[in-house]
Amino acid sequence: MTESDPLGRALTDAARREPLGPAATGAAPPDRAALPDVSARAASAGLLDVAYAELDSAVGRLLLAATPRGLVRVAYVDFSGEDAVLAALAEKVSPRVLAAPRRLDEPRRELEEYLAGGRRRFELALDWRLVRGFGRRVLEATAQVPYGSVSTYKQVAREAGNERASRAAGNALGANPLPIVVPCHRILHSTGGLGGYTGGLERKRMLLQIESGQATLGA
Amino acid sequence: MTLPPFQKLIDAHGPDVHRLLVASVGRLDADDCYQETWLAALRAYPRLRDSSNLRSWILTVASRKAIDHVRRGRRQAIPVGEAPERAGPAAAAPVDDGNLWGLVRALPPKQRNALALRFVLDAGYDEISAVMGTSEPAARRNVHEGLKRLRTEYRR
Repeated sequence: MTESDPLGRALTDAARREPLGPAATGAAPPDRAALPDVSARAASAGLLDVAYAELDSAVGRLLLAATPRGLVRVAYVDFSGEDAVLAALAEKVSPRVLAAPRRLDEPRRELEEYLAGGRRRFELALDWRLVRGFGRRVLEATAQVPYGSVSTYKQVAREAGNERASRAAGNALGANPLPIVVPCHRILHSTGGLGGYTGGLERKRMLLQIESGQATLGA
Repeated sequence: MTLPPFQKLIDAHGPDVHRLLVASVGRLDADDCYQETWLAALRAYPRLRDSSNLRSWILTVASRKAIDHVRRGRRQAIPVGEAPERAGPAAAAPVDDGNLWGLVRALPPKQRNALALRFVLDAGYDEISAVMGTSEPAARRNVHEGLKRLRTEYRR
């Protein structure tokens, strides 16, 4: 058998001795820095359909993803799960999904400034392709609610064209693919209750507090 | 059919692809071949029909890149009618410090590829045949012939 061939063993040993790159352990977390980057060349070849990066922020770990059109997804990692978010992007946008932190530098910077209280609006191109129809109109109405003020489910439902669909509006906001940037945290119940939030109510309170601590019912 | 996010492939198989390429083309050219491998795979990925063995698919792409790379290098080095499949011991392959893998790199592409899969990645003959698109006996033969040839070179 070849396996017992002394020369074969010598080859395996030599391969181990030689600096052949990181050992294939499988169990260890990926050390992407140890291998050549693929994302930059993929982007210039037009093959980077979805770039993503993660960010440790004041509201927890965030996953950001962008297409060539703009920011397509912001997710709370503890709520949505990295694997689930990436799998959904692969399925709904393109399987050409690559970690490419540099391509998310701008949204990352703006989010950090916003969470530090120093930025009142985002100047980011957005890719809305993950939402359609009524839900999209609800989120577009939500995007118009100014920093530091709040609106209601009923109001954004009305602006989206169906005043009686405040429950559907609530569902659309709960499925917001771009939380924080599209400020669904500014939408409350008309009774004054907080309502729900895609990253948990604690975060909704935090974001409202960042925006003033005395957000007024402006709608 | 749902394909996993491409980054999952890189994370799972990137280290093995790199090791295979370092053994096949040498450390100097491995990084470039590594990027070429993933770019070619990325290009074809959305149209991939069978996602049941992504590991062997990506190792096939890497093997082809390595073989192309060495052929291209030899054409440049020896412009006069050298048949690439029959590169002899005198072929201008990169031999690092006369080491063992340097000698492997002077073997014909298929033998070199089979030896790298077998002894760097510890691949079985079923995997070698899947990656190289040959029968299992042919995979065994490539490994066997490669070792035989290497033995005569090594003892020089």
